[in-house]
Amino acid sequence: MNYSAYSIHKLREGLKKKDFPSEDIVKDCLDRIKISKLNAFITICETEAIKKAKEADKKIKDGVDLPLLGIPISAKDIYLTRNIRTTAASRVLNRYIPQYSATVIERLEKAGAIIIGKTNCDAWAHGSSGENSDYGPTENPYLKGYVPGGSSSGSAVSVAANMCLVSMGTDTGGSIRLPASFCNVVGLKPTYGRVSRYGVISMASSLDSIGHFTKNVDDSALVLSITAGKDKNDATTPEIEVDNYKNYLTKDIKEVKIGLPREYFSDGLDKRVKEKIENEVKILEAKGARIEQISLPNTEYGITCYYIVQPAEVSSNLARYDGLRYGNDRAHFGNEAKRRIMLGSYVLSSGYYDAYYKKAMQVRTLIKKDFDEAFKKVDVIIAPVSPTLPWKIGEKTQDPLSMYLSDIYTVNVNLAGIPGLSVPIGLIEGLPVGLQILGPHFSEGKLFQVGKAIERPKI
Amino acid sequence: MKSVIGLEVHVELKTKSKMFCGCPADYFGKKPNTHTCPVCLGLPGALPVPNKTAIQWCVMLGLALNCKIPLTSKFDRKNYFYPDLPKGYQISQYDEPFCLKGSLKLDNGKVIKIRRVHMEEDTGKLIHATVGNEDVSLIDLNRSGVPLVEIVTEPDFDNSKDVKEYLQKLQQIVRYLAISDADMEKGDMRLEPNISISKDGSLPSYKVEVKNINSFRFAEKAIDYEIKRQLEILKNNETPIQETRGWDEKKQKTVSQRTKEEASDYRYFPEPDIPPIRWTQKQLEGFRKQIPELPHFKVQKYENELKIKVSDAIRVSENIEVAQFFEKTVKIGSKHNVSPQSVANFLLNKGVNTSNITPAELIKTIISTSTYATIDNSKIKKAVEKVLRENPKALNDLRVGKTQTLQFLIGKTMAEIKEKIDTKIIIEEINRQTK
Repeated sequence: MNYSAYSIHKLREGLKKKDFPSEDIVKDCLDRIKISKLNAFITICETEAIKKAKEADKKIKDGVDLPLLGIPISAKDIYLTRNIRTTAASRVLNRYIPQYSATVIERLEKAGAIIIGKTNCDAWAHGSSGENSDYGPTENPYLKGYVPGGSSSGSAVSVAANMCLVSMGTDTGGSIRLPASFCNVVGLKPTYGRVSRYGVISMASSLDSIGHFTKNVDDSALVLSITAGKDKNDATTPEIEVDNYKNYLTKDIKEVKIGLPREYFSDGLDKRVKEKIENEVKILEAKGARIEQISLPNTEYGITCYYIVQPAEVSSNLARYDGLRYGNDRAHFGNEAKRRIMLGSYVLSSGYYDAYYKKAMQVRTLIKKDFDEAFKKVDVIIAPVSPTLPWKIGEKTQDPLSMYLSDIYTVNVNLAGIPGLSVPIGLIEGLPVGLQILGPHFSEGKLFQVGKAIERPKI
Repeated sequence: MKSVIGLEVHVELKTKSKMFCGCPADYFGKKPNTHTCPVCLGLPGALPVPNKTAIQWCVMLGLALNCKIPLTSKFDRKNYFYPDLPKGYQISQYDEPFCLKGSLKLDNGKVIKIRRVHMEEDTGKLIHATVGNEDVSLIDLNRSGVPLVEIVTEPDFDNSKDVKEYLQKLQQIVRYLAISDADMEKGDMRLEPNISISKDGSLPSYKVEVKNINSFRFAEKAIDYEIKRQLEILKNNETPIQETRGWDEKKQKTVSQRTKEEASDYRYFPEPDIPPIRWTQKQLEGFRKQIPELPHFKVQKYENELKIKVSDAIRVSENIEVAQFFEKTVKIGSKHNVSPQSVANFLLNKGVNTSNITPAELIKTIISTSTYATIDNSKIKKAVEKVLRENPKALNDLRVGKTQTLQFLIGKTMAEIKEKIDTKIIIEEINRQTK
């Protein structure tokens, strides 16, 4: 039986009724991982996961009720997991075994989740396709030879290909929303600071968002209710109460004001993707939502701004990987990491700081203002995630610039720190397409509400 | 020709925990690498959380040094590679420090301007040793992340004496605030003077930074040496090179360590892991209220209100425990007719251990030692006569000017009378009889 094709809600019901044990779910997932050729995992925790499943079954028998008890999950290999190898998909950390776990991992484990393995990704989360992994590219489960999107490539695939129920990813410039869109799963990039970054290897600290992939919107809301909230180990998590997300899942979308930013539907967007999104918008309108055309005038400066701020922070964040205290030496860094270290060092160096970094920070403020203004008029914004459908493995690896441009619709959300939810809207020529719903800071509940209205009941 | 000297002083704060993690900040004499955690080891994924007490202390020091406290401030990353810096960058403050534009007044009235006071973290310690037959460099990260405050002056000094006085005053303020032991030998307080010589009063084109100074005395010597060295170079119509030199106590001179031909580029940028810090006026007022009365105010008060000698006022206020003890004693003393000056005299000259006695007890002691038995003049006269008669040699010595015999004769007289009387009266009587 393919247990993992179900949602968390269904599985938890079955577990509670003792229709099947957690051990069967975990073994089912492990089997799928082992026979798969998609290369979604770097490390599989077989023995430990089965042991944990047996423990979970015992707890269930004893009447313990936890939201994720007995549910197998995976995490991008840049989440630190105590005693489980964590590589960041880079040879620099090839044999690195962490002494501590990320806050989010601890919260999920406390909620009963079982870590089944660590997923593949672009090394240090640098990339949009998953091809920058030192452990080989991950493949799109929908069409052989196509990329699954990145950088959280293995995470998206692990959920799409029923290898687990939830996968934790990170989104610095689109690294959750893009692969979610390419792999037909729900991907959430929460508000910056909503979920603790402690114990997640930093890519660009002011942009990194800690989010997840699930099979549907309900599960996404459930997982966020566990991961979100103040962490004393992360000074960027504010003391803002975590919403009761469940309440939004049953709300209709009558009178919800949805904005369509014209800059996101211009010539660069694949016509077929555009049509599909417009179709969805019509359905939402029919359900009572009010659609408005809006403008985010500084959109076009986003990618330039992002490729200054992000490498600047990367160049500093990767400095600790000097091979002195742990890990291999710097010769093990791949080309993309080296490219970003050089670019970042350059824009921060004296004489260039004002022209690049400082200016980029000013542009960032303008981009934030665009969104602030827009959200005075509308409740949420709907936009495409990627200008194109998934591309072939190898197609863009020789052209970093065209790879960077695939993030054109996602990076501004990170620059502004607002949340975004990527929801599947079907297939084009066998390849998945998603759209993203964006809202003001800490409006994740609203995103789930609209996401529910878009989602087709698959499971 | 005029020496131009500016100072950078680092003071390590004695907070319980480190600047950005919960590890104990006390590293002195501890087993290497035992006071560490993911944050101060620079492990992957670890994030800094600023120590509120350390920041508050930094602001209090700024206030004590008459600084302006901007309402917003932030941390920055100073990027450079060194094996004792586990993250590859030091969290410091660049263009928005906690405290700006302060001053400290020297006893001669000269005012030293303070450019800024900011907060940063200490590095680990490298130990170069031989293990087996191999020369190795060992790293102890117990000190990594210990809170440091840096106090930067304008180049307002022109001699080493003033530098020494400034350092002593700064140390005294830091100790008054109880934010650091400021012990130079232990490295709680570190000094880096920048020294150059101006031909015409304008700021010279070069400066020499001197490191490795771990006492006030070394500071004085190193600066004097450096001034002499630079003057000699300038006499030959050459310009000293911009460099970092170290004080070598054995050789009694500064030695070149590193030439700064190109300025290092630290690629500063705002620390994204720590949100900017914003103060309200109310918070700053609260910090101000926690600052005790500082030594220079105490000296003024003791001199003007309590009418004690300036030199004594300075000595009594040297450390805050003694000053506070003194004030309490004076207060009690005022009810018993004991003058502040006699309290000061007693405290300074009789080696009173203020931790072993209460102010009230001290007043009792002072009263008992200063109340003399009133004795008939004739009795004193008879006693002195007897002592002089029985000690002809001492009498002779006294007559030829050996004044130390006086003490002997006083003692003998006291023993004769068997009561405590004012020595002044005995001296007068001896003088009268030996005239």
